[in-house]
Amino acid sequence: MFALRRAPTSPSNRRLLSTLAVLEHRGGQISASSLPALTAASKLGGPVTAFVAGTDSAAIAALAAKLTGVQKVLHVENAKYDKGMPENFAPLLVANVKAGGFTHVVGAHSAFGKNILPRVAALLDVQAVSDITGIVDANTFVRPIYAGNAIATVKSAQAVNVITVRGTAFPAATEEGASAAEVAKAPEDPDTEMLTEWVGENLATSERPDLSTATKVVSGGRGLKDRENFEKYMQPLADALGAAIGASRAAVDAGFADNSLQVGQTGKVVAPQLYMAVGISGAIQHLAGMKDSKVIAAINKDADAPIFQVADVGLVADLFQAVPELTEKLKE
Amino acid sequence: MTTLRILVPIKRVLDYALKPRIASSGKSIDLTGQKMSLNPFDELSIEASVRLREAHPARIADILAFSAGPAKSQDALRTAMAMGADRGLLVDAGVESDLEPLAVAKILKMVVQKEECNLVILGKQSIDDDAGQTGQMLAGLLGWGQATQAAELTLEGDNITVVKEVDGGTETVRGKLPMVVTTDLRLNEPRYASLPNIMKAKKKKLDKVALAEYGAGLERRLEVLQVVEPPPRQGGGKVEDVGGLVAKLKELGAI
Repeated sequence: MFALRRAPTSPSNRRLLSTLAVLEHRGGQISASSLPALTAASKLGGPVTAFVAGTDSAAIAALAAKLTGVQKVLHVENAKYDKGMPENFAPLLVANVKAGGFTHVVGAHSAFGKNILPRVAALLDVQAVSDITGIVDANTFVRPIYAGNAIATVKSAQAVNVITVRGTAFPAATEEGASAAEVAKAPEDPDTEMLTEWVGENLATSERPDLSTATKVVSGGRGLKDRENFEKYMQPLADALGAAIGASRAAVDAGFADNSLQVGQTGKVVAPQLYMAVGISGAIQHLAGMKDSKVIAAINKDADAPIFQVADVGLVADLFQAVPELTEKLKE
Repeated sequence: MTTLRILVPIKRVLDYALKPRIASSGKSIDLTGQKMSLNPFDELSIEASVRLREAHPARIADILAFSAGPAKSQDALRTAMAMGADRGLLVDAGVESDLEPLAVAKILKMVVQKEECNLVILGKQSIDDDAGQTGQMLAGLLGWGQATQAAELTLEGDNITVVKEVDGGTETVRGKLPMVVTTDLRLNEPRYASLPNIMKAKKKKLDKVALAEYGAGLERRLEVLQVVEPPPRQGGGKVEDVGGLVAKLKELGAI
Protein backbone atom coordinates (compact mmCIF):
# COMPACT_ATOMS: atom_id res chain seq x y z
CA MET A 1 0.00 0.00 0.00
CA PHE A 2 1.43 3.32 -1.05
CA ALA A 3 -1.46 5.46 0.04
CA LEU A 4 -0.59 8.28 2.36
CA ARG A 5 -1.75 7.79 5.88
CA ARG A 6 -3.60 10.76 7.20
CA ALA A 7 -4.94 11.31 10.63
CA PRO A 8 -8.71 11.82 10.63
CA THR A 9 -9.61 15.45 11.14
CA SER A 10 -12.46 15.29 13.58
CA PRO A 11 -12.97 18.37 15.74
CA SER A 12 -11.80 16.55 18.86
CA ASN A 13 -8.53 15.65 17.17
CA ARG A 14 -7.83 19.24 16.29
CA ARG A 15 -8.19 20.31 19.90
CA LEU A 16 -5.98 19.23 22.71
CA LEU A 17 -7.56 16.44 24.71
CA SER A 18 -8.51 17.41 28.26
CA THR A 19 -10.97 15.76 30.60
CA LEU A 20 -13.28 17.02 33.30
CA ALA A 21 -14.12 14.24 35.76
CA VAL A 22 -17.22 14.92 37.88
CA LEU A 23 -16.86 13.58 41.42
CA GLU A 24 -19.78 12.79 43.71
CA HIS A 25 -19.47 13.12 47.45
CA ARG A 26 -21.50 12.36 50.54
CA GLY A 27 -20.75 12.83 54.22
CA GLY A 28 -17.40 14.47 53.54
CA GLN A 29 -16.13 11.59 51.42
CA ILE A 30 -15.75 11.06 47.69
CA SER A 31 -18.33 8.45 46.65
CA ALA A 32 -16.93 5.04 45.80
CA SER A 33 -18.68 5.11 42.43
CA SER A 34 -16.58 8.10 41.31
CA LEU A 35 -13.25 6.33 41.73
CA PRO A 36 -13.53 3.93 38.75
CA ALA A 37 -14.80 6.86 36.65
CA LEU A 38 -11.59 8.70 37.53
CA THR A 39 -9.53 5.72 36.32
CA ALA A 40 -11.49 5.75 33.06
CA ALA A 41 -10.87 9.50 32.73
CA SER A 42 -7.11 8.91 33.09
CA LYS A 43 -7.23 6.23 30.38
CA LEU A 44 -8.44 8.77 27.82
CA GLY A 45 -4.88 10.11 27.66
CA GLY A 46 -5.16 13.82 28.37
CA PRO A 47 -4.83 15.75 31.62
CA VAL A 48 -7.67 15.12 34.10
CA THR A 49 -9.34 17.89 36.04
CA ALA A 50 -11.58 16.69 38.85
CA PHE A 51 -14.70 18.70 39.59
CA VAL A 52 -16.57 18.96 42.90
CA ALA A 53 -19.40 21.22 43.99
CA GLY A 54 -21.38 21.77 47.17
CA THR A 55 -20.83 22.67 50.82
CA ASP A 56 -17.31 21.84 52.00
CA SER A 57 -16.19 21.40 48.42
CA ALA A 58 -12.74 22.68 49.41
CA ALA A 59 -12.29 19.75 51.80
CA ILE A 60 -13.47 17.26 49.15
CA ALA A 61 -11.22 18.93 46.59
CA ALA A 62 -8.25 18.39 48.92
CA LEU A 63 -9.10 14.67 49.05
CA ALA A 64 -9.47 14.52 45.27
CA ALA A 65 -6.10 16.24 44.81
CA LYS A 66 -4.39 13.22 46.38
CA LEU A 67 -5.82 10.71 43.91
CA THR A 68 -3.77 9.15 41.11
CA GLY A 69 -4.29 10.69 37.70
CA VAL A 70 -5.73 13.99 38.92
CA GLN A 71 -3.77 16.98 37.60
CA LYS A 72 -6.05 19.69 38.87
CA VAL A 73 -9.19 20.04 40.97
CA LEU A 74 -11.86 22.65 40.40
CA HIS A 75 -14.39 23.22 43.15
CA VAL A 76 -17.50 25.31 43.66
CA GLU A 77 -18.46 26.18 47.22
CA ASN A 78 -22.23 26.59 47.04
CA ALA A 79 -24.77 24.69 49.12
CA LYS A 80 -27.24 24.77 46.23
CA TYR A 81 -25.28 21.95 44.61
CA ASP A 82 -25.41 19.65 47.63
CA LYS A 83 -28.27 17.49 46.40
CA GLY A 84 -27.04 17.13 42.86
CA MET A 85 -30.19 18.58 41.31
CA PRO A 86 -29.85 18.37 37.52
CA GLU A 87 -31.59 21.69 36.83
CA ASN A 88 -28.73 23.70 38.32
CA PHE A 89 -25.89 21.16 38.37
CA ALA A 90 -26.05 20.60 34.59
CA PRO A 91 -25.73 24.33 33.70
CA LEU A 92 -22.87 24.56 36.25
CA LEU A 93 -20.99 21.81 34.43
CA VAL A 94 -21.78 23.22 31.00
CA ALA A 95 -20.45 26.67 31.95
CA ASN A 96 -17.22 25.20 33.29
CA VAL A 97 -16.76 22.82 30.34
CA LYS A 98 -17.02 25.79 28.01
CA ALA A 99 -14.76 27.99 30.15
CA GLY A 100 -12.09 25.29 30.38
CA GLY A 101 -12.35 24.07 26.79
CA PHE A 102 -12.68 20.46 27.93
CA THR A 103 -13.04 17.78 25.26
CA HIS A 104 -14.34 15.06 27.59
CA VAL A 105 -16.73 15.07 30.54
CA VAL A 106 -16.70 11.87 32.56
CA GLY A 107 -18.83 10.69 35.47
CA ALA A 108 -20.04 7.47 37.07
CA HIS A 109 -23.08 5.65 35.66
CA SER A 110 -24.68 6.11 39.08
CA ALA A 111 -28.06 7.63 39.94
CA PHE A 112 -26.32 11.04 40.02
CA GLY A 113 -24.44 10.58 36.74
CA LYS A 114 -27.41 9.10 34.90
CA ASN A 115 -29.58 11.99 36.04
CA ILE A 116 -27.25 14.86 35.23
CA LEU A 117 -24.87 14.01 32.38
CA PRO A 118 -27.48 13.45 29.63
CA ARG A 119 -28.86 16.90 30.48
CA VAL A 120 -25.34 18.31 30.20
CA ALA A 121 -24.92 16.62 26.80
CA ALA A 122 -28.20 18.06 25.50
CA LEU A 123 -27.20 21.56 26.63
CA LEU A 124 -23.91 21.12 24.76
CA ASP A 125 -25.80 19.66 21.76
CA VAL A 126 -23.86 16.39 21.85
CA GLN A 127 -24.92 12.74 22.00
CA ALA A 128 -23.78 11.25 25.31
CA VAL A 129 -22.22 7.79 25.63
CA SER A 130 -23.72 5.81 28.53
CA ASP A 131 -22.30 3.10 30.75
CA ILE A 132 -19.01 2.47 28.99
CA THR A 133 -17.06 -0.68 29.86
CA GLY A 134 -14.02 -0.01 27.69
CA ILE A 135 -11.99 2.72 26.02
CA VAL A 136 -10.42 1.97 22.62
CA ASP A 137 -9.06 5.47 22.10
CA ALA A 138 -10.06 8.99 23.09
CA ASN A 139 -13.03 8.95 20.70
CA THR A 140 -13.94 5.26 20.61
CA PHE A 141 -15.80 3.54 23.42
CA VAL A 142 -17.17 0.10 24.22
CA ARG A 143 -20.58 -0.26 25.83
CA PRO A 144 -23.06 -3.07 26.43
CA ILE A 145 -26.45 -2.90 24.70
CA TYR A 146 -29.47 -5.19 24.97
CA ALA A 147 -28.76 -5.64 28.68
CA GLY A 148 -25.27 -6.93 27.96
CA ASN A 149 -26.38 -9.46 25.37
CA ALA A 150 -24.39 -7.51 22.78
CA ILE A 151 -21.35 -5.27 23.01
CA ALA A 152 -21.13 -2.20 20.78
CA THR A 153 -18.07 -0.18 19.86
CA VAL A 154 -18.98 3.40 19.02
CA LYS A 155 -16.89 6.23 17.61
CA SER A 156 -17.60 9.87 18.21
CA ALA A 157 -16.46 12.80 16.11
CA GLN A 158 -18.04 15.32 18.46
CA ALA A 159 -16.23 18.33 19.90
CA VAL A 160 -17.13 17.22 23.44
CA ASN A 161 -17.73 13.67 24.61
CA VAL A 162 -19.99 13.24 27.62
CA ILE A 163 -19.47 9.79 29.10
CA THR A 164 -20.80 7.74 32.00
CA VAL A 165 -18.69 4.84 33.23
CA ARG A 166 -19.74 1.42 34.51
CA GLY A 167 -18.08 1.19 37.92
CA THR A 168 -17.36 -2.54 37.81
CA ALA A 169 -15.50 -2.23 34.49
CA PHE A 170 -12.59 -0.08 35.74
CA PRO A 171 -10.43 -0.33 38.88
CA ALA A 172 -10.95 2.38 41.51
CA ALA A 173 -8.48 5.27 41.54
CA THR A 174 -6.32 5.27 44.67
CA GLU A 175 -3.84 7.57 46.38
CA GLU A 176 -0.95 5.31 45.47
CA GLY A 177 1.91 7.14 43.78
CA ALA A 178 -0.12 10.30 43.32
CA SER A 179 1.43 13.72 43.49
CA ALA A 180 -0.62 16.53 44.98
CA ALA A 181 -2.72 18.25 42.35
CA GLU A 182 -3.42 21.95 42.13
CA VAL A 183 -6.74 23.01 43.69
CA ALA A 184 -8.59 26.06 42.39
CA LYS A 185 -12.01 27.63 42.46
CA ALA A 186 -14.04 26.79 39.36
CA PRO A 187 -14.24 29.82 37.07
CA GLU A 188 -18.01 29.68 36.62
CA ASP A 189 -20.99 29.45 38.99
CA PRO A 190 -24.10 30.37 37.00
CA ASP A 191 -26.30 29.56 40.03
CA THR A 192 -29.28 28.62 37.84
CA GLU A 193 -32.76 28.64 39.31
CA MET A 194 -33.90 25.39 40.94
CA LEU A 195 -36.94 24.02 39.14
CA THR A 196 -37.45 21.09 41.46
CA GLU A 197 -37.14 21.00 45.20
CA TRP A 198 -35.36 18.26 47.12
CA VAL A 199 -37.85 16.97 49.71
CA GLY A 200 -36.05 14.10 51.39
CA GLU A 201 -34.47 10.71 51.05
CA ASN A 202 -34.85 7.25 52.42
CA LEU A 203 -31.61 5.38 52.11
CA ALA A 204 -31.19 1.84 53.34
CA THR A 205 -29.88 2.03 56.85
CA SER A 206 -29.45 -1.70 57.36
CA GLU A 207 -26.02 -3.23 57.50
CA ARG A 208 -26.86 -4.98 54.27
CA PRO A 209 -25.18 -3.46 51.22
CA ASP A 210 -27.12 -1.96 48.34
CA LEU A 211 -27.91 -4.38 45.52
CA SER A 212 -26.50 -2.23 42.70
CA THR A 213 -23.13 -1.65 44.31
CA ALA A 214 -22.67 -4.71 46.54
CA THR A 215 -19.55 -6.85 46.12
CA LYS A 216 -21.58 -9.96 46.98
CA VAL A 217 -25.15 -10.77 46.02
CA VAL A 218 -27.31 -13.75 46.96
CA SER A 219 -30.34 -14.05 44.78
CA GLY A 220 -33.44 -16.18 45.20
CA GLY A 221 -35.84 -17.55 42.62
CA ARG A 222 -39.04 -19.46 42.23
CA GLY A 223 -37.43 -22.50 43.91
CA LEU A 224 -37.98 -20.84 47.30
CA LYS A 225 -41.72 -21.47 46.88
CA ASP A 226 -43.10 -18.59 48.97
CA ARG A 227 -42.29 -15.29 50.66
CA GLU A 228 -41.76 -16.80 54.13
CA ASN A 229 -39.15 -19.19 52.77
CA PHE A 230 -37.52 -16.39 50.79
CA GLU A 231 -36.96 -14.42 53.98
CA LYS A 232 -36.20 -17.41 56.17
CA TYR A 233 -33.51 -18.85 53.91
CA MET A 234 -32.07 -15.87 52.03
CA GLN A 235 -31.63 -13.37 54.86
CA PRO A 236 -29.35 -15.50 57.07
CA LEU A 237 -27.31 -16.49 54.01
CA ALA A 238 -26.95 -12.84 52.99
CA ASP A 239 -25.96 -11.91 56.55
CA ALA A 240 -23.36 -14.67 56.73
CA LEU A 241 -21.75 -13.43 53.50
CA GLY A 242 -22.29 -9.71 54.06
CA ALA A 243 -24.18 -9.77 50.79
CA ALA A 244 -27.06 -7.88 49.25
CA ILE A 245 -30.24 -9.78 48.42
CA GLY A 246 -31.56 -10.05 44.89
CA ALA A 247 -34.38 -11.96 43.23
CA SER A 248 -35.37 -13.33 39.86
CA ARG A 249 -38.31 -11.87 37.98
CA ALA A 250 -40.21 -15.10 38.65
CA ALA A 251 -39.74 -14.61 42.40
CA VAL A 252 -40.83 -10.98 42.17
CA ASP A 253 -43.86 -11.76 39.99
CA ALA A 254 -44.89 -14.50 42.44
CA GLY A 255 -44.70 -11.95 45.27
CA PHE A 256 -41.80 -13.59 47.16
CA ALA A 257 -39.67 -10.48 47.01
CA ASP A 258 -39.98 -6.77 46.47
CA ASN A 259 -39.78 -5.36 42.96
CA SER A 260 -36.71 -3.33 43.90
CA LEU A 261 -34.74 -6.56 44.35
CA GLN A 262 -35.25 -7.79 40.81
CA VAL A 263 -32.05 -8.65 38.96
CA GLY A 264 -32.37 -8.94 35.21
CA GLN A 265 -32.95 -7.15 31.97
CA THR A 266 -35.96 -5.26 33.27
CA GLY A 267 -34.62 -4.95 36.79
CA LYS A 268 -31.14 -4.13 38.06
CA VAL A 269 -27.95 -5.09 36.29
CA VAL A 270 -25.31 -6.14 38.81
CA ALA A 271 -21.69 -7.26 38.50
CA PRO A 272 -20.49 -8.23 41.98
CA GLN A 273 -17.45 -10.27 42.93
CA LEU A 274 -19.75 -13.14 43.92
CA TYR A 275 -23.26 -13.82 42.67
CA MET A 276 -24.98 -16.76 44.30
CA ALA A 277 -28.16 -17.90 42.55
CA VAL A 278 -30.47 -19.97 44.74
CA GLY A 279 -33.41 -21.77 43.17
CA ILE A 280 -33.01 -19.76 39.96
CA SER A 281 -33.19 -21.61 36.64
CA GLY A 282 -31.29 -18.95 34.68
CA ALA A 283 -33.65 -17.53 32.05
CA ILE A 284 -32.12 -15.08 29.51
CA GLN A 285 -33.98 -12.27 31.22
CA HIS A 286 -32.18 -13.06 34.49
CA LEU A 287 -28.74 -13.85 33.04
CA ALA A 288 -28.72 -10.45 31.34
CA GLY A 289 -28.69 -8.83 34.75
CA MET A 290 -25.86 -10.80 36.37
CA LYS A 291 -23.62 -12.51 33.87
CA ASP A 292 -20.83 -9.97 34.26
CA SER A 293 -20.39 -11.09 37.87
CA LYS A 294 -16.84 -12.20 38.65
CA VAL A 295 -17.80 -15.53 40.20
CA ILE A 296 -21.20 -17.13 39.79
CA ALA A 297 -22.35 -19.89 42.14
CA ALA A 298 -25.61 -21.77 41.72
CA ILE A 299 -27.68 -24.02 43.94
CA ASN A 300 -30.51 -25.76 42.13
CA LYS A 301 -32.08 -29.19 42.36
CA ASP A 302 -32.49 -29.43 38.58
CA ALA A 303 -29.13 -30.57 37.18
CA ASP A 304 -30.17 -29.40 33.71
CA ALA A 305 -31.02 -25.82 34.74
CA PRO A 306 -29.38 -23.32 32.34
CA ILE A 307 -27.83 -21.47 35.27
CA PHE A 308 -25.24 -24.28 35.53
CA GLN A 309 -23.95 -23.42 32.05
CA VAL A 310 -22.71 -20.06 33.30
CA ALA A 311 -21.97 -20.88 36.94
CA ASP A 312 -18.31 -21.17 37.98
CA VAL A 313 -19.43 -23.54 40.66
CA GLY A 314 -22.71 -25.39 40.81
CA LEU A 315 -24.33 -27.56 43.44
CA VAL A 316 -27.23 -29.83 42.51
CA ALA A 317 -29.14 -30.02 45.75
CA ASP A 318 -32.38 -29.22 47.54
CA LEU A 319 -31.92 -25.60 48.57
CA PHE A 320 -33.94 -26.08 51.75
CA GLN A 321 -31.16 -28.34 53.04
CA ALA A 322 -28.16 -26.83 51.27
CA VAL A 323 -28.75 -23.17 52.16
CA PRO A 324 -28.93 -23.59 55.97
CA GLU A 325 -25.88 -25.86 55.85
CA LEU A 326 -24.01 -23.33 53.73
CA THR A 327 -25.05 -20.50 56.05
CA GLU A 328 -23.64 -22.43 59.04
CA LYS A 329 -20.38 -23.22 57.24
CA LEU A 330 -19.91 -19.59 56.23
CA LYS A 331 -20.33 -18.44 59.83
CA GLU A 332 -17.51 -20.67 61.00
CA MET B 1 -55.10 24.68 38.41
CA THR B 2 -53.95 23.92 34.92
CA THR B 3 -55.29 20.99 32.99
CA LEU B 4 -52.75 18.40 32.00
CA ARG B 5 -51.72 17.58 28.49
CA ILE B 6 -49.56 14.53 28.87
CA LEU B 7 -47.08 13.28 26.29
CA VAL B 8 -46.00 9.64 26.54
CA PRO B 9 -43.12 8.76 24.23
CA ILE B 10 -42.85 5.03 23.56
CA LYS B 11 -40.48 2.77 21.64
CA ARG B 12 -40.97 -0.49 19.81
CA VAL B 13 -38.12 -2.82 20.75
CA LEU B 14 -37.09 -6.47 20.49
CA ASP B 15 -39.20 -8.42 23.00
CA TYR B 16 -37.45 -8.65 26.36
CA ALA B 17 -37.56 -12.45 26.42
CA LEU B 18 -35.60 -12.84 23.17
CA LYS B 19 -31.86 -13.13 22.78
CA PRO B 20 -30.60 -10.59 20.26
CA ARG B 21 -28.87 -11.91 17.12
CA ILE B 22 -25.99 -9.96 15.63
CA ALA B 23 -26.72 -8.88 12.03
CA SER B 24 -24.41 -10.14 9.26
CA SER B 25 -23.00 -6.60 8.91
CA GLY B 26 -21.59 -6.99 12.40
CA LYS B 27 -22.79 -3.49 13.17
CA SER B 28 -26.32 -3.96 14.47
CA ILE B 29 -28.87 -6.43 15.77
CA ASP B 30 -30.89 -8.41 13.22
CA LEU B 31 -34.55 -7.66 13.92
CA THR B 32 -36.07 -9.23 10.80
CA GLY B 33 -38.89 -11.59 11.67
CA GLN B 34 -38.33 -11.10 15.40
CA LYS B 35 -41.08 -10.50 17.92
CA MET B 36 -41.19 -6.80 18.73
CA SER B 37 -42.93 -5.33 21.76
CA LEU B 38 -43.53 -2.10 23.56
CA ASN B 39 -40.47 -1.21 25.67
CA PRO B 40 -41.36 -2.44 29.20
CA PHE B 41 -40.51 0.89 30.85
CA ASP B 42 -42.83 2.67 28.40
CA GLU B 43 -45.75 0.48 29.45
CA LEU B 44 -45.21 1.90 32.92
CA SER B 45 -45.38 5.46 31.54
CA ILE B 46 -48.71 4.83 29.84
CA GLU B 47 -50.06 3.15 32.96
CA ALA B 48 -48.89 6.12 35.06
CA SER B 49 -50.69 8.57 32.75
CA VAL B 50 -53.90 6.56 32.76
CA ARG B 51 -53.79 6.31 36.55
CA LEU B 52 -53.36 10.09 36.76
CA ARG B 53 -56.57 10.42 34.78
CA GLU B 54 -58.31 7.92 37.06
CA ALA B 55 -57.19 9.90 40.11
CA HIS B 56 -57.95 13.33 38.60
CA PRO B 57 -60.63 12.72 35.94
CA ALA B 58 -61.39 16.39 35.34
CA ARG B 59 -57.82 17.58 35.01
CA ILE B 60 -56.42 15.42 32.23
CA ALA B 61 -57.19 17.06 28.90
CA ASP B 62 -55.13 14.77 26.71
CA ILE B 63 -52.85 11.75 26.76
CA LEU B 64 -50.81 11.63 23.55
CA ALA B 65 -48.77 8.50 22.80
CA PHE B 66 -45.80 9.21 20.57
CA SER B 67 -43.27 7.11 18.74
CA ALA B 68 -40.47 7.89 16.30
CA GLY B 69 -39.30 4.90 14.30
CA PRO B 70 -40.32 2.54 11.52
CA ALA B 71 -43.95 2.54 10.31
CA LYS B 72 -44.58 -0.63 12.34
CA SER B 73 -44.22 1.40 15.53
CA GLN B 74 -47.90 2.14 15.05
CA ASP B 75 -48.57 -1.32 16.53
CA ALA B 76 -46.95 -0.12 19.74
CA LEU B 77 -49.00 3.08 19.57
CA ARG B 78 -52.22 1.06 19.19
CA THR B 79 -51.24 -0.91 22.28
CA ALA B 80 -50.71 2.36 24.15
CA MET B 81 -54.12 3.59 23.02
CA ALA B 82 -55.74 0.31 24.05
CA MET B 83 -54.25 0.89 27.50
CA GLY B 84 -55.85 4.33 27.64
CA ALA B 85 -53.94 6.92 25.62
CA ASP B 86 -56.34 9.23 23.74
CA ARG B 87 -54.49 9.43 20.46
CA GLY B 88 -51.22 8.61 18.77
CA LEU B 89 -48.52 10.38 16.82
CA LEU B 90 -46.02 8.48 14.72
CA VAL B 91 -42.95 10.08 13.25
CA ASP B 92 -42.10 7.71 10.45
CA ALA B 93 -38.34 7.52 10.34
CA GLY B 94 -38.17 4.70 7.79
CA VAL B 95 -37.36 1.01 8.12
CA GLU B 96 -33.70 1.49 8.93
CA SER B 97 -34.44 4.19 11.48
CA ASP B 98 -31.87 4.37 14.19
CA LEU B 99 -32.49 7.66 15.94
CA GLU B 100 -30.25 8.53 18.84
CA PRO B 101 -31.60 9.90 22.15
CA LEU B 102 -30.51 13.46 21.30
CA ALA B 103 -32.45 13.36 18.01
CA VAL B 104 -35.52 11.89 19.73
CA ALA B 105 -35.29 14.57 22.43
CA LYS B 106 -35.16 17.28 19.75
CA ILE B 107 -38.23 15.85 18.00
CA LEU B 108 -40.04 15.57 21.34
CA LYS B 109 -39.27 19.19 22.14
CA MET B 110 -41.03 20.23 18.93
CA VAL B 111 -43.99 17.96 19.69
CA VAL B 112 -44.28 19.38 23.23
CA GLN B 113 -44.33 22.92 21.87
CA LYS B 114 -46.81 22.20 19.08
CA GLU B 115 -49.16 20.12 21.23
CA GLU B 116 -48.73 22.39 24.27
CA CYS B 117 -47.93 19.45 26.55
CA ASN B 118 -47.07 20.24 30.16
CA LEU B 119 -46.09 16.80 31.44
CA VAL B 120 -43.93 14.25 29.66
CA ILE B 121 -43.71 10.74 31.11
CA LEU B 122 -41.03 8.49 29.60
CA GLY B 123 -39.49 5.14 30.41
CA LYS B 124 -36.14 5.46 32.21
CA GLN B 125 -34.46 3.61 29.35
CA SER B 126 -35.19 1.45 26.34
CA ILE B 127 -34.07 -2.14 26.66
CA ASP B 128 -32.29 -2.15 23.29
CA ASP B 129 -29.69 0.62 23.37
CA ASP B 130 -29.84 1.02 27.18
CA ALA B 131 -28.82 4.67 26.96
CA GLY B 132 -31.17 6.08 29.60
CA GLN B 133 -30.84 9.62 28.25
CA THR B 134 -33.92 10.81 26.36
CA GLY B 135 -35.96 12.18 29.28
CA GLN B 136 -33.06 14.10 30.79
CA MET B 137 -32.08 15.49 27.38
CA LEU B 138 -35.63 16.60 26.69
CA ALA B 139 -35.89 18.33 30.07
CA GLY B 140 -32.59 20.09 29.35
CA LEU B 141 -33.68 21.24 25.89
CA LEU B 142 -37.01 22.52 27.25
CA GLY B 143 -35.47 24.03 30.37
CA TRP B 144 -37.98 22.08 32.48
CA GLY B 145 -37.59 20.32 35.81
CA GLN B 146 -36.94 16.58 35.72
CA ALA B 147 -37.49 13.61 38.00
CA THR B 148 -35.88 10.37 36.85
CA GLN B 149 -36.51 6.75 37.85
CA ALA B 150 -39.87 7.40 39.45
CA ALA B 151 -41.14 4.77 41.88
CA GLU B 152 -44.09 6.93 43.04
CA LEU B 153 -45.78 9.84 41.33
CA THR B 154 -48.33 12.17 42.92
CA LEU B 155 -50.11 15.18 41.47
CA GLU B 156 -51.32 17.86 43.91
CA GLY B 157 -52.45 21.11 42.38
CA ASP B 158 -49.74 22.02 39.93
CA ASN B 159 -47.09 20.19 41.94
CA ILE B 160 -45.73 16.80 41.03
CA THR B 161 -44.05 14.86 43.81
CA VAL B 162 -41.85 11.98 42.72
CA VAL B 163 -40.18 9.32 44.82
CA LYS B 164 -37.11 8.40 42.81
CA GLU B 165 -35.05 5.23 42.87
CA VAL B 166 -31.45 6.18 43.65
CA ASP B 167 -28.41 4.10 44.61
CA GLY B 168 -29.13 2.65 48.03
CA GLY B 169 -32.74 3.76 48.43
CA THR B 170 -35.10 6.49 47.37
CA GLU B 171 -35.09 10.26 47.14
CA THR B 172 -38.14 12.51 46.94
CA VAL B 173 -38.33 15.63 44.80
CA ARG B 174 -41.14 18.03 44.08
CA GLY B 175 -41.53 20.12 40.96
CA LYS B 176 -44.12 22.32 39.33
CA LEU B 177 -45.68 21.70 35.96
CA PRO B 178 -44.36 21.64 33.28
CA MET B 179 -42.10 18.72 34.04
CA VAL B 180 -40.42 15.61 32.65
CA VAL B 181 -40.66 12.33 34.59
CA THR B 182 -39.02 9.00 33.76
CA THR B 183 -40.47 5.75 35.08
CA ASP B 184 -38.82 2.92 36.95
CA LEU B 185 -40.09 -0.62 37.34
CA ARG B 186 -41.53 -0.15 40.80
CA LEU B 187 -43.90 2.63 39.73
CA ASN B 188 -46.87 0.44 38.84
CA GLU B 189 -48.05 -2.77 37.24
CA PRO B 190 -49.22 -2.02 33.72
CA ARG B 191 -52.71 -3.27 32.87
CA TYR B 192 -53.39 -5.65 30.04
CA ALA B 193 -55.28 -4.15 27.13
CA SER B 194 -58.71 -5.84 27.06
CA LEU B 195 -60.19 -6.98 23.76
CA PRO B 196 -62.93 -4.30 23.77
CA ASN B 197 -60.29 -1.65 24.44
CA ILE B 198 -58.11 -3.02 21.65
CA MET B 199 -61.10 -2.70 19.30
CA LYS B 200 -61.81 0.83 20.53
CA ALA B 201 -58.15 1.79 20.07
CA LYS B 202 -58.45 1.01 16.37
CA LYS B 203 -60.85 3.93 16.04
CA LYS B 204 -58.67 6.39 17.94
CA LYS B 205 -56.79 9.01 15.99
CA LEU B 206 -53.26 8.15 14.89
CA ASP B 207 -51.41 10.86 13.00
CA LYS B 208 -48.39 10.05 10.88
CA VAL B 209 -45.74 12.60 10.08
CA ALA B 210 -42.55 12.13 8.05
CA LEU B 211 -39.27 12.59 9.88
CA ALA B 212 -38.23 15.24 7.33
CA GLU B 213 -40.87 17.59 8.76
CA TYR B 214 -38.88 17.83 11.94
CA GLY B 215 -36.00 19.46 10.12
CA ALA B 216 -32.25 19.04 10.18
CA GLY B 217 -29.81 18.17 12.91
CA LEU B 218 -31.22 14.72 13.66
CA GLU B 219 -28.40 12.74 12.04
CA ARG B 220 -26.40 10.23 14.06
CA ARG B 221 -23.55 11.60 16.10
CA LEU B 222 -22.03 8.28 17.05
CA GLU B 223 -20.83 5.77 14.48
CA VAL B 224 -21.27 2.13 15.42
CA LEU B 225 -18.03 0.42 14.41
CA GLN B 226 -19.07 -3.06 15.49
CA VAL B 227 -21.51 -5.07 17.54
CA VAL B 228 -20.30 -8.39 18.91
CA GLU B 229 -21.55 -11.05 21.27
CA PRO B 230 -20.15 -10.83 24.77
CA PRO B 231 -17.44 -13.37 25.55
CA PRO B 232 -19.23 -16.59 26.50
CA ARG B 233 -18.97 -17.72 30.09
CA GLN B 234 -17.66 -21.18 30.70
CA GLY B 235 -19.45 -23.08 33.41
CA GLY B 236 -16.94 -24.29 35.96
CA GLY B 237 -18.61 -27.60 36.68
CA LYS B 238 -20.39 -28.96 39.70
CA VAL B 239 -19.41 -29.90 43.21
CA GLU B 240 -20.76 -32.79 45.29
CA ASP B 241 -21.83 -31.06 48.48
CA VAL B 242 -21.92 -27.84 50.48
CA GLY B 243 -18.36 -28.44 51.71
CA GLY B 244 -17.20 -28.62 48.11
CA LEU B 245 -19.06 -25.42 47.30
CA VAL B 246 -17.38 -23.51 50.12
CA ALA B 247 -13.95 -24.91 49.18
CA LYS B 248 -14.40 -23.92 45.53
CA LEU B 249 -15.58 -20.42 46.43
CA LYS B 250 -12.49 -19.99 48.63
CA GLU B 251 -10.29 -21.25 45.80
CA LEU B 252 -11.86 -18.72 43.43
CA GLY B 253 -11.29 -15.97 45.98
CA ALA B 254 -15.00 -15.22 46.15
CA ILE B 255 -15.27 -15.59 49.95
